[in-house]
Amino acid sequence: MKSISLSNLPELLSAIAAKEALYLPVDTKEGAEYKAYAEGDSLSLACNTNRSAKDFFFPQVEDMAAFKVEGKKIEIIDVRKETEDFVIFGARACDVKSFEVLDRVFLADPVDTFYKNRREHSTVVALACSAPEETCFCSSFGIDAAEPQGDVSAWIAEGRMFFKPNTQKGETLLSALSALLEESDGAAVEKAKEETRTIMGQLPLQNLPTEHFKPEKLMEHFNDPKWKELSQACIGCGTCTFVCPTCQCFDIRDFDTGNGIQRYRCWDSCMYSDFTQMAADQPRHTQLERFRQRFMHKLVYYPANNEGLFGCVGCGRCLAKCPISMNIAKVMKALGGDK
Amino acid sequence: MEKEALIPEIGIVTDIRIDTPDVRTFRVVTPDGKKPFVHIPGQCAMLSIPGVGEALFSITSSPTNTEFMEFSIKKCGCVTSFLHSIEPGQYVTIRGPYGNGFPVESAFKGKDMLFVAGGIGLAPLRSVINYCRHYRENYGKIDIVYGSRSMQDLVDYNEIVEEWCKEDGISVHLTIDREQPEWDGHVGFVPNFVKELQFDTNKTAVLCGPPIMIKFTLAGLQEMGFKKDQIYTTLEMRMKCGIGKCGRCNLGDKFICKDGPVFRFDQLEELPDEY
Repeated sequence: MKSISLSNLPELLSAIAAKEALYLPVDTKEGAEYKAYAEGDSLSLACNTNRSAKDFFFPQVEDMAAFKVEGKKIEIIDVRKETEDFVIFGARACDVKSFEVLDRVFLADPVDTFYKNRREHSTVVALACSAPEETCFCSSFGIDAAEPQGDVSAWIAEGRMFFKPNTQKGETLLSALSALLEESDGAAVEKAKEETRTIMGQLPLQNLPTEHFKPEKLMEHFNDPKWKELSQACIGCGTCTFVCPTCQCFDIRDFDTGNGIQRYRCWDSCMYSDFTQMAADQPRHTQLERFRQRFMHKLVYYPANNEGLFGCVGCGRCLAKCPISMNIAKVMKALGGDK
Repeated sequence: MEKEALIPEIGIVTDIRIDTPDVRTFRVVTPDGKKPFVHIPGQCAMLSIPGVGEALFSITSSPTNTEFMEFSIKKCGCVTSFLHSIEPGQYVTIRGPYGNGFPVESAFKGKDMLFVAGGIGLAPLRSVINYCRHYRENYGKIDIVYGSRSMQDLVDYNEIVEEWCKEDGISVHLTIDREQPEWDGHVGFVPNFVKELQFDTNKTAVLCGPPIMIKFTLAGLQEMGFKKDQIYTTLEMRMKCGIGKCGRCNLGDKFICKDGPVFRFDQLEELPDEY
């Protein structure tokens, strides 16, 4: 295992940024956010960022193609560019797991080349959580905040940051930084992991019921009368979908730049009424149906197609941000039989 | 860079047939005059006019037509209204094929077929009907029940009367909703007409039309003794990607664009009724 003293971390960040693009969570007035590294930035130690890390691979808005239109003629312009190599430094275990959830959508045949390109050019340094919060429930989905995956796993313990490579990309990154890193044993890390797990064990949402959300219960959950009460206060703002690291529904739209047409995709939300609106009618008339769709997708539909992998990683962002304090934890408890 | 499914190709509309007051059929080829791609009956394609939008349409022409692709499109929204304003020679963009299509080479083979369509619902069925006509020896007796609001609303009436009606082994049963002086055929709604006609229950039925027609035709066929696993339909939902990623057409653990749009009614029974 490699390590560096936290007082030397700025040098390490600077060395990575000299090599390739670096993104990391930094503290802002509104809380932690990912940003492109600038000299002097220091890594936020907040439990997690306001926005998830999905932007790195599936940005909120991205150009897909351009068109030149002249009379009856159309020319299609491929605007795709090869992404530069980049490092995400300090993603938490939940966000790292969310990449796997997204991979199964975007890398499934036919592959999404926009997403794949970014995934291939990224190196993810995942940082174990030291201070999980009340809204955290990654462990309900079998995620260990003390043992994050990613190309490199990192831990903070006893004034040092420790690194363990998990992939070839991780090895490459660490060997490029070897002049700054020292060889260490893992004793301090083991202690830090135990501390994290002890904190996690004391948090209120650690054991949400997941065993009920089996494919064979699809119709039973769909028809559950509890959806009415659960969805009653939902105002359909879509905040949950925007802060969610695994929500990947998108829209494709055209914009007339005055000098041609730009076709772009942007995040969309199943919480919105026009998401499924067609010219004549639409299949989800009320907020109940839209609300149900979001949670059924994460808890039943997605796992049914992905060997039981849930479409939620327990990051807790929707718990913290929902204006009416409704959330997936409450839905799971209600549907999972918790009276 | 490798091929991106969401980036379309150019198509050129070479012919526009005015079928009804609100349905036109567009013939599309590639810039070098070929059929855009190979498909199976019931599959769809994304057509777009950049700056207006992109939408999914069922491919009306049969795969046995190797020269061009046809789309019968009803004017009802942004993209379709624009398409109704274009003239031959207009470029569009096209990508596909999308969806599963009808099991013409498996479950339908050797079967007596019953096609029931209402209005523009004939568009996806025309592809299968003409496929079955082309490989006539692979399918049994064919019955086609087709209804629309008026005689003028029957899509491509010419082909129906001049070709389908004149072929051995094919019975065409047309109906319109209300009496018209120039119409001497059946008058009444499709579901009732199907009940009056009383079909043999060994047939495989394929339904496409407005939801209300589907609902009552399905009930009527079941009363006659048809089982749900003998009856197929093709669904419609709003779609953006066509490849199971944008999330819009998600229905239970299925995506209409990828796992559908063709479903058997016994399969639909196990899915939420949000379609």
